[in-house]
This record gives sequence, structure tokens and C-alpha cells, in this order.
Amino acid sequence: MTARVLLLHGAVIVALFLLQFVASDYAVLTATRIMVLAVYALGYNILFGYAGLLSLGHAMFFATGLYAAALGVTRLGMAVPEAFLFAAVCGVIVSTVIGLIALRASGVAFMIVTLMFSQAAFLTVLYFGDITRGDEGIVIKDDQRVFSLFGHVVNLADPVLRYNIALVFLALAIAACLAVVRSKIGHVLVAIRENENRTAMLGYDVKRYKLIAFVLSGSFAAFSGAAYALLFAYAGSTLASIQYSIHPLLWTLLGGAATVLGPVLGTALMFLLVDFASGFTSASLLFVGVVLILLVLFFPKGILGTLRQRLWRWLP
Amino acid sequence: MGFFPHLLLAILEGTVAAAVLALSALGLSLVFGVMRVVNVAHGEFFMLGAMLAWFVAKSVPGGPAAGFVVALIVAPLAVGALAFVTERLLLRRINYDPEATIVATIGLMFVIQQLALTVFGADAKAVSAPFTYRIALPWFGFSGYKLFVVLASVALLLGVWWVLAKTKLGLIMRVTQFDRETATAFGIPVNQVYSAVFVAGAALVAIAAVLIVPIQQAHYLMGLDPLLMSFIVVIIGGLGSIKGSVIAAIIIGLSDGIISMFFSPTLASIIATLAVALVLVFRPQGLFGVPAR
Repeated sequence: MTARVLLLHGAVIVALFLLQFVASDYAVLTATRIMVLAVYALGYNILFGYAGLLSLGHAMFFATGLYAAALGVTRLGMAVPEAFLFAAVCGVIVSTVIGLIALRASGVAFMIVTLMFSQAAFLTVLYFGDITRGDEGIVIKDDQRVFSLFGHVVNLADPVLRYNIALVFLALAIAACLAVVRSKIGHVLVAIRENENRTAMLGYDVKRYKLIAFVLSGSFAAFSGAAYALLFAYAGSTLASIQYSIHPLLWTLLGGAATVLGPVLGTALMFLLVDFASGFTSASLLFVGVVLILLVLFFPKGILGTLRQRLWRWLP
Repeated sequence: MGFFPHLLLAILEGTVAAAVLALSALGLSLVFGVMRVVNVAHGEFFMLGAMLAWFVAKSVPGGPAAGFVVALIVAPLAVGALAFVTERLLLRRINYDPEATIVATIGLMFVIQQLALTVFGADAKAVSAPFTYRIALPWFGFSGYKLFVVLASVALLLGVWWVLAKTKLGLIMRVTQFDRETATAFGIPVNQVYSAVFVAGAALVAIAAVLIVPIQQAHYLMGLDPLLMSFIVVIIGGLGSIKGSVIAAIIIGLSDGIISMFFSPTLASIIATLAVALVLVFRPQGLFGVPAR
């Protein structure tokens, strides 16, 4: 791994660490949210950007983590770390099962299959409204978010602590992404995206690599969902809806698909844009729509994708 | 009410549901069949049709029947015009790339939704049916307008089938569907065919919306349901096969009516969406489609 790649990604993490000393309380909260959701986008990018598979149903994996963590704490009496592990295991299992079925389809059929599975998952959340409390949602009580780790008492209601946990979480996710895309797996995934038949002919087990990408991507979404539920003490059905399948696609496209930092940048920019827009209109989805159309028409490679094409060829 | 009257009501409601499904899916099926692109904004075209029906009914004097007739003309024209602009400025510029089309029409879906929210407001709007005849059965009364919707959808489906199967226009569409490049080589103006098909698909869904809105309500978020339902019908029936779509609409409509009546509507939707996913996985060409070459 070249030094400047490490330097760039390290600098981003350090900058985010320093941000908490200058930003307002509100900005710290927004940044925490952005960092947690950026992990979702990072995972989405592994499947969409590198393997070239467009999923319209990642909200089901996000929701798996979200509800497993929230129900683990509120119903099954788990402490926060146990609930996170439980949600992570659920995420891996669900994405493996769905991946095995959905990857039998390709192209437009793959998109619609993932959309349909996700819609079925969303309706299931509503169907079991007694447990999930529908769009009203599950609220985790403050005393359920206090736990002890290695002898220290940790309280997730503390915003500064929460910010730093989200930062560590994001840093780990970026490191994992870098490791994957620069490994053999990452190269084979790009080969599949560019020409699946040729990759298969060269002797790679294409199905296995696609499944690896799918499970990695779905698991990242579940980790992000679990962290979201635990850090913000809330799990509601809106977070399982189609919109939440489209958000990571938008963030990834905006920042630049198939660049490691693209999804992080895209998530942050879109949050700032919607935040800015909500100052004078309540129709924030209008901006989401306009940005999607403009990206497809004029900017299909996204911000970092264009930068890589023009300036920094070394960008991973 | 005993079991059999209950079952009869479920079957009647199921037939209406089947007609609604076939009507809303017809436009999507046509567009996918000929152009091989998925228009995610299809549901929003439906919503616009319903909103226009409400707006026309409100502003045209002479009662619901006059408003209904005017809406049947205005809604497909207006929605068709929007589809024309969309095709020119969006789909043609991205060269009908299937993935880019999906992303772009998702964007369009949000834009139309939010503009409808701004223009028409967030409350649900009821539109009264053009006539209010009730058919009296020994156990319950049933809306005559609902049966009219069933008949209208049969007529519309037959009409589209006739155009596709028996006219020169339909022949040109089928040739374009079969092989775009060869069609171009034989002097068929493929771009104009695409444009016409996209506009016709939008106009059809707008007509469907005008017909259906008296038995539902117009709301700016109503587009998602017909979109997903159209996906379900079109996929189970076989992408691009209108006959398959109709059969699928009947199966799904009836089972939806019966499951909703005896269990719960949400359960019916869950079963239908899972059925689609599994059909796509194990029989990608749909139940009645022909495998892609």
C-alpha cells in the first residue's frame, strides 16, 4: 500500500477527530449521524461500485441490524455490546441467505428482486407491529444504553463519546474497505464488473466472488443499522423503507462509485445539502431527486471518480 | 353473513383488484416490452393522473359524470406530454441504458412526488364516481361503478392487444422490440417509436388512474403501490408479455382479495412481493414469457 494512500485516509480520520473541538453541538450530532450512515454507504459501494451490482434493497440489511440491536436491548435483555454482536451475526446470516437467492438473477432482474425482497421485509416489519411498533418505532431507554466495558462505565447518551465511537467505527470500516479493494478479492470484483464472462473464463469462481461482495456489503449495512439504533436509541419502520435503499445509492453516486472515500464524501455532502435546503423548503426529497437526475445526466462518475480520472490516478 | 356470501364478496373484490392491477400494469408492460427499460416514475404518472382527475372534477361544472369525461381526455394528454419531455430530455440522453434509466427515473419519482405535495397538498382527496348505481345482492350491495371498472379494463386491454397484434403500428413496435438494430437497418425510425411507446405507456396509466381514483383516493404518495403492483404483475406474467400480465393480474388480484378478506392485506402484499422475487430468480422470463435471446 503506497504511503500517500495511507496518508490521505489517515488525514481524513484525523480531520474528523479534530472537528469535535471546533464544531457546535448540533454539528457534532449531525456529523455523528453522517459517520454512522457513511459506513452503510461504504458497504453499498463494495457491491455497486466495485462488483457492479446495483441493489435497490439494501434497506433490508440496514433494518436487520437496526431491529436486531433494538430488540436485543429492549426485549431480549442484552447489554449494548452483546446486542451489537447479535445484530452483526443476524446481518451476516440474512445477507448470505438473500445473496444466495438474489444473485441467481442479474441486470435489471437483480435490481427488482432486491427491491421486492426489501419491500417484503418492510411489510413484515409493519405486519409484526406489536413487536416493532410500526412507524412509531422502538425507543431505547437511557438506562438501557449504559454498560460497562473492560471495567469502564460507558454511557451512549453522552454526545462526545458517541461522536468518537462513530469515528472509530467509520475508521475501521474505511480500513476494511481499503483492505478489501486492494486485495485479490477487490481486483476480481472489478474484473467481474468489467467483463463477467471473461473473468469466469479465466477460471475465477464468479458466483463465489459475487456472494462475497454481497455478504460484505449487506453486513456493513447491518453493522451501520445496529450502530444507528444503539447510538440514537431509535428503530422505526421509515428506516426500512425504499427510501433507505435509495439513499446509499445516491450517496455513492454523488461521492464517486468505486472510490473508497467517495461514499463518505457523498453522505456528508448530501446531508449538508438537505440541511441547507430545509432552511427554505420542507420538500427535501425534491433535492434528492434533482441531484440524482443531474448526476446521471452530467456527472456519472461522481466527485472523486472525476478527480481520479483527471488528476489523482492513484486514488483507490 | 355466512361463508359463501363472504367468499363471493372476496371474489368480487378480487376481480376488481385484478382489473385495477391489469390496468395499472399495462403501460409499464408496454414500455418494458418494447424499450427494455424500467420506468420507476410509472407510479408517479398514475398519481398525476389521479390528481388531475380530482382537479378536473373540482373545476368542471355539471356534476361528477361531466368531470369524469373531461378528465379522461385531459389526464392522458397532460401526463403524455410530461412523458414526452422526459423521454427527450432524460432517457434519450442516457441512451436508454437500463441502470442509468432506473436511477434517473427514481430521481424523477421524487421530483414529481414533492412537486405534487407542494401544488396539491398532503391531504387525501376523494373523487366521486360518475354514477352511483348499487347492485343489490341478497346478502350485500355491490358498487356498480366497480363492475364498470372491470369492463373498462377488459375493453382497454383488448384495444391495446388489437393495436399490437393487428395494426401496422403494432407490427412496427414488435419489430423494434425484437431487434432494435435490424429495425433501424430496415428504415424504422426507432427513436420515434420509443418516444411514442413511452408517451402511450404514460397516457394509458393516466387513463387507468382516472378510472380507479373514484374507488380509491388521490394522495401524493399513492404512486408507490401501483408501481410495486405493476412490477409484480409484469414480472410474474413475463416481462413484455401483455397476455401474461393479464393472467398474472387475475391470479394476484383474486388471491389478494381472498387473503385480504380472510387474513390481512399486509400478509397478502408480503406473499405477492416474495412470489415476484422467487419467480424472477427461478424463472427469469416470467411464467408466460419467452426467454431472452
